[in-house]
Amino acid sequence: MNGEIIAFCCEHSAYAAADAAGKQGLHYPEKLRVIRVPCAGRVDIIHMLKALEEGAAAVLVLGCEDGLCQHLTGNVRAKERVKYSGMLLTEVGIDGGRVGMFNLAANAPHKFIKIIKEMNERIKKQGR
Amino acid sequence: MARDFRETLKTKDFVVTAEAAPTKGSSVERSLEHIELLKDKVDALNVTDNQSSVMRYPSVGICLLIKEHGGEAVLQVTCRDRNRLAIQADLLFAWSRGVRNVLCLTGDSIDVGDHKEAKPVFDLESVQLIHLVHTLNSGKDMTGNELTGGTDFCIGTSATPSADPIEPQLVKVQKKLEAGVDFIQTQAVYDLDELKRFVEFVRKHDQKVKVLLGIVPVIGAKMAQYMNENVPGIFVPQYIIDELAQAPKGTGINKGIEIAARLIRKAKEDKLCDGAHIMFIGKEERVPEILEAAGLL
Amino acid sequence: MIVAERKPMEEILQMIAPYKKVLLAGCGTCVAICWTGGEKEVGILSSQLRLARGKEGDKTNTVEATVERQCEKEMVEELRDKVEGVEAVLSLACGAGIQTMAEVFEDKPVFPAVNTTFLGSPEGEGVWLENCGACGDCFLDRTGGICPMVRCAKGILNGPCGGTRKGGKCEIDPDKDCGWVLIYRRLEKQGRLDLMRKYYPPKNFRAVKRPGKMKAIKA
Repeated sequence: MNGEIIAFCCEHSAYAAADAAGKQGLHYPEKLRVIRVPCAGRVDIIHMLKALEEGAAAVLVLGCEDGLCQHLTGNVRAKERVKYSGMLLTEVGIDGGRVGMFNLAANAPHKFIKIIKEMNERIKKQGR
Repeated sequence: MARDFRETLKTKDFVVTAEAAPTKGSSVERSLEHIELLKDKVDALNVTDNQSSVMRYPSVGICLLIKEHGGEAVLQVTCRDRNRLAIQADLLFAWSRGVRNVLCLTGDSIDVGDHKEAKPVFDLESVQLIHLVHTLNSGKDMTGNELTGGTDFCIGTSATPSADPIEPQLVKVQKKLEAGVDFIQTQAVYDLDELKRFVEFVRKHDQKVKVLLGIVPVIGAKMAQYMNENVPGIFVPQYIIDELAQAPKGTGINKGIEIAARLIRKAKEDKLCDGAHIMFIGKEERVPEILEAAGLL
Repeated sequence: MIVAERKPMEEILQMIAPYKKVLLAGCGTCVAICWTGGEKEVGILSSQLRLARGKEGDKTNTVEATVERQCEKEMVEELRDKVEGVEAVLSLACGAGIQTMAEVFEDKPVFPAVNTTFLGSPEGEGVWLENCGACGDCFLDRTGGICPMVRCAKGILNGPCGGTRKGGKCEIDPDKDCGWVLIYRRLEKQGRLDLMRKYYPPKNFRAVKRPGKMKAIKA
C-alpha cells in the first residue's frame, strides 16, 4: 500500500455504491483500494492501524445510513472504533483525520466519489 | 480576656467565639493584628489547622501567641496531616504551653488544598480523636502507658446540621456525644429551624454540651450560589440569596454582616442554642461589626 | 480484580526511546478484562509505537507476546526465547506481572506501560470502581459489605465526615457516592443500623507489614 486510500466498504451499501460508480464511469483518484466487508462493524481498530503502518495514506470505513444497518449496530460500532482509532493516531503525532467513517446508501455512487475525493484532498494538503 | 473557656461555657448564657486562620509564612504579623482586635471581644479564638488543606503557620503557634497576649485560644486539630503519635505529642506540647481547649476534626481532603499530591494521613478521625483526648486527660497515652504529666483539655468538635442526607450525620454526632464533648461549633447554618431541630437531637443525648451556631457571612448572591453548589454541608436558603441580590452594588459585605448579625440575635433571643461561632476568613477585621450589630459587645 | 490504566504515550515513548527492539508483553487475566493490557491491547500499542517511530524514519522492531498470568514465573519463563531476542521489555501487566518479568529476566530493562491503580469490580460495562483496600483487617462485616477504607475517600471508620455533598455524594468528587451514606442505607435496609452506631477504635494499619508476605498451605 503506497500512499493509497483504503476504503472498507460494507457490501450492503458502500460496496454497491462503489460498484455503481465504476459502472457509470465516474472518475475517482487512482490510489484507491476498495475492500469489501460484510458490515462496517467487521472492521477493527487494529485493521485501521495496520493499514496505515503498511503505507496507506488514509483509511475510510463506509457503511449503511443511520438506522439501516443490516446487522443493527454495526455502523454504530464502526463509528466509535474509527473515532477511537483517530485518537490513537493523534497520541503518536499522526493526523487523526486520516481515518474516517461515513454513511451512505447503495444507490449513492456520487456520494461515494465525493467522500474519496475529500479524503484525497486532505492527504494531498498534508503530503502523502 | 484570659477567662478559662470551660468556665465560660458553664456560666455564660450566650458564648461567642471567632476563628483566626494563620497566614502562609513564618511571619505572624497579621495574626497578631487579628488577635489584638478580637481577643477581648470574644470568649475564645479558634485557630485553624492547615485550613482547607492549604499549608499555613501551625495552629499551635498562633494559640501560643494568643495566650502570650492575654487571650483564650481553641486549638483546632485535624487528622489529615498527622498520625496518632504526632497528634498525641502535639497535644502534650500544647498543654504544656498553656493551651487548654481543643477542637477535634477529621479534616478537609487534600484535594481542596494547594499541595494536591501530598499523602493524606487520616490515621484517625474526629470521633477517635475525641476519645484520644479523653485518654490523655486520664493521664495515659493511647496504648495505655502512664504519662509523666497528662492533660485536662476542654473538648469540642464540629457538626454539619445542613447535611443532606442528615441521618448518617446524626449517627456520627451521636457517637461524638457518647465520646463526650464539652462544646459543638456547627458549620454554617442559615435556617434557624434547621438549627432548632439539630439542637433538639443533641439534647436527647446530652443535656450539658454547649452548641454554638456556626456563622459564615455570605457577602453576595453569587457567593451564596457558589457555596450551595461547591461547599459541602452548607446551604444558603433562597430568601437570603434574594436579599443579597437586592443589595446595592458594593454593599454586599455590609448586607452579609447584617444578615449574620440578625441570625445571631434571633438565635440568642429565642434561646435556640448556647452561643455563636463566627468564621469570617480573610475578613477577620470586620468581625467586631457583626458582634456589635448582634448586640454582643 | 486488579485494575490498571495505560500510561500516557509520551511517558511510554520516552521509556523505550533508547531501544530499537522491544517486546510488548501482555497478560491474559486482570488487565485483559479491563481492556488495558491483554493480547488485543498489546497489538494496538505495538502498532502505535511502530507508527510513532516510523514517522521519525525509525525502523523499530516490536515483538508481541501475551501470557495467561504474568505474575507466574513458570508462565513468564515461556517467553525466554522472545526476551533474549530484544533489548528491552515493555510490560502491559499489573505491577505484580511487571516485577515478575523483571525478576525472571534480570539482565533486561523492563518498563511499565501501565499504571496499576486499584482492586475493584465493574460498575457497568467498561466502568471500574475501587472497592477493596487490601488492608489486611477486613471490616466488611460491620459495614454491610461496603469497604470504608476505599469507598470512603478518607478511609475513616466512624463516618461520614462533615463534608458529604447534597444527595449523599462525596466531598472530594461529586461523581462518587459518600461511602458512609452507602453504608447507612445498606444497614438501614437490613435493619442493622446498630452496627453503624457503634464506636470503632483506631484501625490497625500494621495488619499487613509491607511488603506483605503469606505462606499458603494447600489443603
